[in-house]
Amino acid sequence: MNYHWNWGIFLEQVKGGDETYLDWLLTGFGWTVAVSLSAWVIALTLGILFGLLRTVPSKALVALATAWVELFRNIPLLVQMFLWFFVVPELLPADWGLWVKQELPAKEFFTATICLGLFTSSRVAEQVRAGIQALPRGQLMAGLAMGLTLPQTYRYVLLPTALRMVVPPLTSEFMNVFKNSSVAFAIGVMELTFQARQMQEDSEQGIETFLAVTLLYFICAFTANRIMAVIETRTRIPGTIAGQH
Amino acid sequence: MNQMTNSPMIELRNVSKWYGQFQVLTDCSTQVSKGEVIVVCGPSGSGKSTLIKCVNGLEAFQQGEVIVKGISVGDPKTALPKLRAHVGMVFQHFELFPHMTITDNLCIGQIKVLGRSKDEAQQKAAKLLDRVGLKAQAHKHPGQLSGGQQQRVAIARALCMDPICMLFDEPTSALDPEMINEVLDVMVELAKEGMTMMCVSHEMGFARKVAHRVIFMDQGRIVEDATKEDFFGTPRSERAQLFLSKILSH
Ligand SMILES: Nc1ncnc2c1ncn2[C@@H]1O[C@H](COP(=O)(O)OP(=O)(O)O)[C@@H](O)[C@H]1O
Ligand SMILES: [Mg+2]
Repeated sequence: MNYHWNWGIFLEQVKGGDETYLDWLLTGFGWTVAVSLSAWVIALTLGILFGLLRTVPSKALVALATAWVELFRNIPLLVQMFLWFFVVPELLPADWGLWVKQELPAKEFFTATICLGLFTSSRVAEQVRAGIQALPRGQLMAGLAMGLTLPQTYRYVLLPTALRMVVPPLTSEFMNVFKNSSVAFAIGVMELTFQARQMQEDSEQGIETFLAVTLLYFICAFTANRIMAVIETRTRIPGTIAGQH
Repeated sequence: MNQMTNSPMIELRNVSKWYGQFQVLTDCSTQVSKGEVIVVCGPSGSGKSTLIKCVNGLEAFQQGEVIVKGISVGDPKTALPKLRAHVGMVFQHFELFPHMTITDNLCIGQIKVLGRSKDEAQQKAAKLLDRVGLKAQAHKHPGQLSGGQQQRVAIARALCMDPICMLFDEPTSALDPEMINEVLDVMVELAKEGMTMMCVSHEMGFARKVAHRVIFMDQGRIVEDATKEDFFGTPRSERAQLFLSKILSH
């Protein structure tokens, strides 16, 4: 193999510009973090909402929430990216569509964030539903029996325990958000994968490029994992098996 | 005990309930007067839990009427949360809220349902914890208490809401034998103070001590509804006799 290693490449200037390749990768890293964190906020909010709606007595609400989950879970993420980017603006009322296509600032970023957020929300919803359904039925009964309304029982009794239970599965979803954000390059978000491909073509140092990118993705996922581990410890309930000291 | 007045606290009129094709309750009627203590017994699966949960509307029923202090539970216009706020319920598996301290378990309903201030709720909680002998555990979480202690907390939690009556669904049947009495003692004391109580229980010692009437259920029907003296003296139905001989023999 005649590969010419050059670890100094990151500090070299890009062709025809005054940035270094490291600047490119760090910009990409910034967009990756921005897309992922914004998408995670959307995913948690809507995931908790639709997950709990799947457990309520109202058949209509359950059906709505189930449809939501199935819709976003059964279409490949890459296809969803293209749908949001190319198809949805066409389906909007004409002037809205035009505004999205021509005037929405950072439209690639917004599209990717919404797409990844909704996709992940369906996965969060499934975990939250499973968490609520794993609670003893008596907990709901006890909340209602003391006069709490159903929403109050969810708010003060069911969700606090159910959400604690699903922190471990949500940890992998949080890590997945960072990994899945790489799909955003397909619609032109200048995130890490996008920048890596650009650097690889420009510098012809593909191996160094992708090893660096691997490290940056690893840092994201690992940090996500540690954050969730801290949350798990901090919210542990005294007197439960995991919380015994 | 002369606190009984004419209008019943709880009244069930011909209550029937189905799960799909399966009839769980058939034509159940009874009354509980103010200050009366009723013990409901019967074999497992006979519908005792279902019956008692109809009283505060935790289970819906298709036929008949349940009336608590003049309010119809089955009426769609009835605000069930408001009614339930004053009907205490104690469950077989305690159902304390595991993520809250004991004090918070006692305060949540007072604050969110009755609209009491935090201070007021905590004072009331402290008083009732003291009463069930658990003042020292106030800051702990339910998982750090024994079963008997948890059930006493659950009773205190219900009492915090100043209930007009109390429903118990086999409050001692999930407990280790050595903890049963600490819970029964609290219940006996409550009964003696004149609390209206409907208790699903197989503790016949408790029934003999404080019950006014005993209801025996079998296959979704109220087979026997007799005064304590009649029930233990001469149960009329063969099933009740058989049931009694079984549970009294151990
Ligand atoms: N949600 C339900 N769906 C169908 N059947 C039920 C349900 N809950 C209880 N049952 C049935 O109703 C009957 C009465 O139950 P229950 O009231 O719990 O009896 P008990 O408390 O006397 O043991 C049992 O046969 C039980 O299997
Ligand atoms: Mg039962």
